[in-house]
Amino acid sequence: MSTATLETAAHHEAHHGDHHGDHHHHETFITKYVFSQDHKTIAKQFLVTGIIWAFIGGLFSVIFRLQLADPNATYPWLEDLLGHWAPGGKLQPEFYYALVTMHGTILVFFVLTAGLSGTFANFLIPLQIGARDMASPMLNMLSYWFFFLASVIMMSSLFVQTGPASGGWTIYPPLSALGEASSGSKIGMDLWLVSMAMFIVSSLLGGLNYITTILNMRTKGMSMTRMPLTIWALFFTAVLGVLSFPVLLSGAILLLFDRNLGTSFYLSDIVVAGKILPNEGGSAILFQHLFWFLGHPEVYIILLPAMGMSSEILSVNSRKPIFGYMAMVGSLFAITILAFLVWAHHMFVTGLNPFLGSVFVLLTLLIAVPSAIKVFNWLTTLWRGNIRFTPGMLFAIGFVSLFISGGLTGIFLGNSALDIHLHDTYFVIAHFHIVMGVASFFGMYAGVYHWYPKMFGRYMNNTLSYIHFWVTIIGAYLIFWPMHYEGLAGMPRRYYDFSNWESFKMFGDLNQFISMIALIVFAAQLLFVINFFYSIWKGRKVTEANPWKANTLEWTTPIRPGHGNWPGDIPEVHRWPYDYSKDGKDFIAQDVPVGADESKH
Amino acid sequence: MATDTVQPKNKIHPHKFTLWVGIGSIVMMFAGLTSAYVVKRSQANWQSFEIPQAFWYSTIVILLSSLTIHLSAKAFKERMMARYRKLLTITLVLGALFVVTQYIGFSDLWRNGFTLQSSVSYSFLYVIVGLHGLHVVGGVIALVVMSLKAFSNKQRNYSIVPVELIATYWHFVDILWIYLLLFLIAIR
Repeated sequence: MSTATLETAAHHEAHHGDHHGDHHHHETFITKYVFSQDHKTIAKQFLVTGIIWAFIGGLFSVIFRLQLADPNATYPWLEDLLGHWAPGGKLQPEFYYALVTMHGTILVFFVLTAGLSGTFANFLIPLQIGARDMASPMLNMLSYWFFFLASVIMMSSLFVQTGPASGGWTIYPPLSALGEASSGSKIGMDLWLVSMAMFIVSSLLGGLNYITTILNMRTKGMSMTRMPLTIWALFFTAVLGVLSFPVLLSGAILLLFDRNLGTSFYLSDIVVAGKILPNEGGSAILFQHLFWFLGHPEVYIILLPAMGMSSEILSVNSRKPIFGYMAMVGSLFAITILAFLVWAHHMFVTGLNPFLGSVFVLLTLLIAVPSAIKVFNWLTTLWRGNIRFTPGMLFAIGFVSLFISGGLTGIFLGNSALDIHLHDTYFVIAHFHIVMGVASFFGMYAGVYHWYPKMFGRYMNNTLSYIHFWVTIIGAYLIFWPMHYEGLAGMPRRYYDFSNWESFKMFGDLNQFISMIALIVFAAQLLFVINFFYSIWKGRKVTEANPWKANTLEWTTPIRPGHGNWPGDIPEVHRWPYDYSKDGKDFIAQDVPVGADESKH
Repeated sequence: MATDTVQPKNKIHPHKFTLWVGIGSIVMMFAGLTSAYVVKRSQANWQSFEIPQAFWYSTIVILLSSLTIHLSAKAFKERMMARYRKLLTITLVLGALFVVTQYIGFSDLWRNGFTLQSSVSYSFLYVIVGLHGLHVVGGVIALVVMSLKAFSNKQRNYSIVPVELIATYWHFVDILWIYLLLFLIAIR
C-alpha cells in the first residue's frame, strides 16, 4: 500500500507541521515518471499529451484547409498518409467531415480542457496556495490515466475501417445516432462516446481534487482573498466542470442507448436510405439542450484558466499590482454563474420559442459586463507599467487583444435576430476561434513560457519564442479576420467545396490565402514544439530561484522542487500576491511579513 | 516565520469534502436526466407507466441499510469493533438485496412486455433507475472492500474517515433513490 502511505504522509505534513517536506523513500522510474502521484509530474504528463494532441488536431485543420484552398487539387502524398480516405490524393467528402469533427473534438476537449486546465491546475494549485500536493494525489493520478485511456480510445477511432466520428464535434442526433446515416456514425461514433465518457471521468476526478485542494489545503495566512487570480480562475473552472460535465455524460449515455439498444430518446419518424425506422417518440432537440448545458460552460472551462494566468503574468511583467483584484474575482464569479444560463443561444434557430430566445439574448449579452470589466482591468494593469516583454508577457498581451476582438463579435451572435443570418456561417467560426480557441491557446502559451523555468529548471530559447509569438498573432488575425466577411456574406461552415456555389465562388482566392497562412502558422507551432522539447534537456539553466521577480509562492521553492515542493516548512503567507512597486520596493513576496512602516494596500 | 497549516478542529477532512463535491456532480447528472425526462414528458405521445411492486421492497431494504450503516459508524466511533463488523456486513447484504430487488422489478416489467424499447417513458425508467442502481453497486463494492479490511487480521485501521465516507455515500444513494421514486410517482 505504498500509495496509501504516500497519501497519508502528504497529509500529515500538511496538517501537523512536521519537518519532512522531502520524501526520502526510493522512487523507481515507474513511480517517478509513469504512475507518479506528484502533481508536478502529472501536470507535465497532461502537458505533453496535450501537445501531441494539439499537433494531431492542428495537422487535421491543415489537411482540410488544403481541400478548401483548392477543391480540385490532388496531393499524392495524402493517399500515402490517409489511404482509402484520399484515393488519388483527393480527400473524400466523408473524411473531410471526419477531419472537421476530430479537429473540434481534439482541440476543445483534449487540448484546451485537459491540456490547459489539466496542466496548470495540477502544476499551479499546490505550488501557489502552499500545499505539498493535491488533496488526493491518488485520484489525481487516476485523473491523468483516465485521460490517457480516453486518448487511446479516441486515437484508435482514427484507424478503424469506417473512420472516426464525423457528425461535427457537437455530435447531434439523429446523424450521430444512426449507423446507417454515415460511415462516421458507425463504430467511430461509439468509440467517440466511450472515449468522452472516460474523458468526463478524468475531468471530474481532476475537478474534485482542484476544488478540495483550493478550499482545504491552503497554507497558513493564505486566505481566499490572498490567492493569486490564477487560482481563482482554476477554481471556477473546476466548479464549472464538476457541474456541467455530468450533464454531458447523461446526454452521451442516452445517445449510447439509442445507438446500441434500440431506444428512442432522440429519434422519431426517421427514414434512412428508403427504410422507415421503428423509432418513435424521441426528440433530437433534447440532445442539444443536454449537450449545450455542458457545451456553453465548456467554453468558459477553456477560457477561464487563460484569463487567470494572463492576469498573473500581466501583473508580474508590468511590475504593477493587478488593477481591481476583487472586481476580477467578482467577474470570474459572474461569468461562472452566467455560463449556466445561456446555453440556448446555441439553439436560436432550432424552433426555440422566440420569447424564450429573448431571455437568452438578455442573459448572453449580460456576459459582456464581466468580460468588459476584465478587459478594462487588464488594460489598466498594463497602463504606465514598467513592462518587460518576456515571451510569456507577449502571449498574455496577445490574449487580451484576441479576447477583445473575438468578444466583440460575440455581441453580434448573441442577438437572436442577427443569428438568423449569421448562424452556421464562417462568422461563427471566426468568432469562436478567436475568442475561445486562439485566445485560450495564447493563455496556454503564456503559461508555458512563464512557468517553464519552474517546470523544468531551464529556460526556453527566446529568439524562437519571439518568432513563434509574432507569426502566431499575425497569422491568427490573417486567418480569422477574413472569415468574418465570408460569414457575413452567408458562406456556411462545414462545406466541402464552395466552388459549386455561385454566391461563394468569389471567396476562392480568399480561402486560398487563409489556407496558406494556416500552413505557416502550423509551421510556427512546430517551432514551439521543438523549442519546448529541446529546452527540457538543453535549455539555458535557471540559476536563481525567482527569475521573474514574482511574489507568488511557487518561486519560494527550490529551482527543481522535489515531491513535497518545499524541503523545509511551507512558507506562511502575510500579504496578497500583487505587491509590486510598493513603498519603493520592486516586489514584496507573499511570505514576507508586513513591516511596521509599510503603507496599507 | 514558516509554519505549516494547522488544521482547525472543525475543519472538514479533505477526502470528505471531495466526496461532497463528487455527490454534487452525481446530482447534476441525475438533474440532467430528470429534466430531460420532464421536457420529453411534456411532448406528444407520452405513455404513463406503473412502478413495479418490487421497487417498494427495495425502498424498504435501502432505508433499513441506511439505518444499519449509521449504527455501524456509531459502533466504530465507540470502538465496539465486533458490532461494527456485524452491522457493516448486514449493510452489505442489504445493499446486495437492493440490487436484486431492482433486478426483479425490471424483469417483471420486461416479462409483461414493457421492454427498454417499448416506449420512451420506459426507456427513461430503465436508464434513470439503472444508473442509480450502478451507483449502489459501486457502494456495495466499496462495502465489500471495507468489510474485507474490517475482518482482516493483518490491518488494523482506527481512522474514522473511511467509515464516514462510505456512510455518507450510502445515505446519499438512499436519499437519491427516495427522490427518484417520488419523482417517478409524481410525474409519470
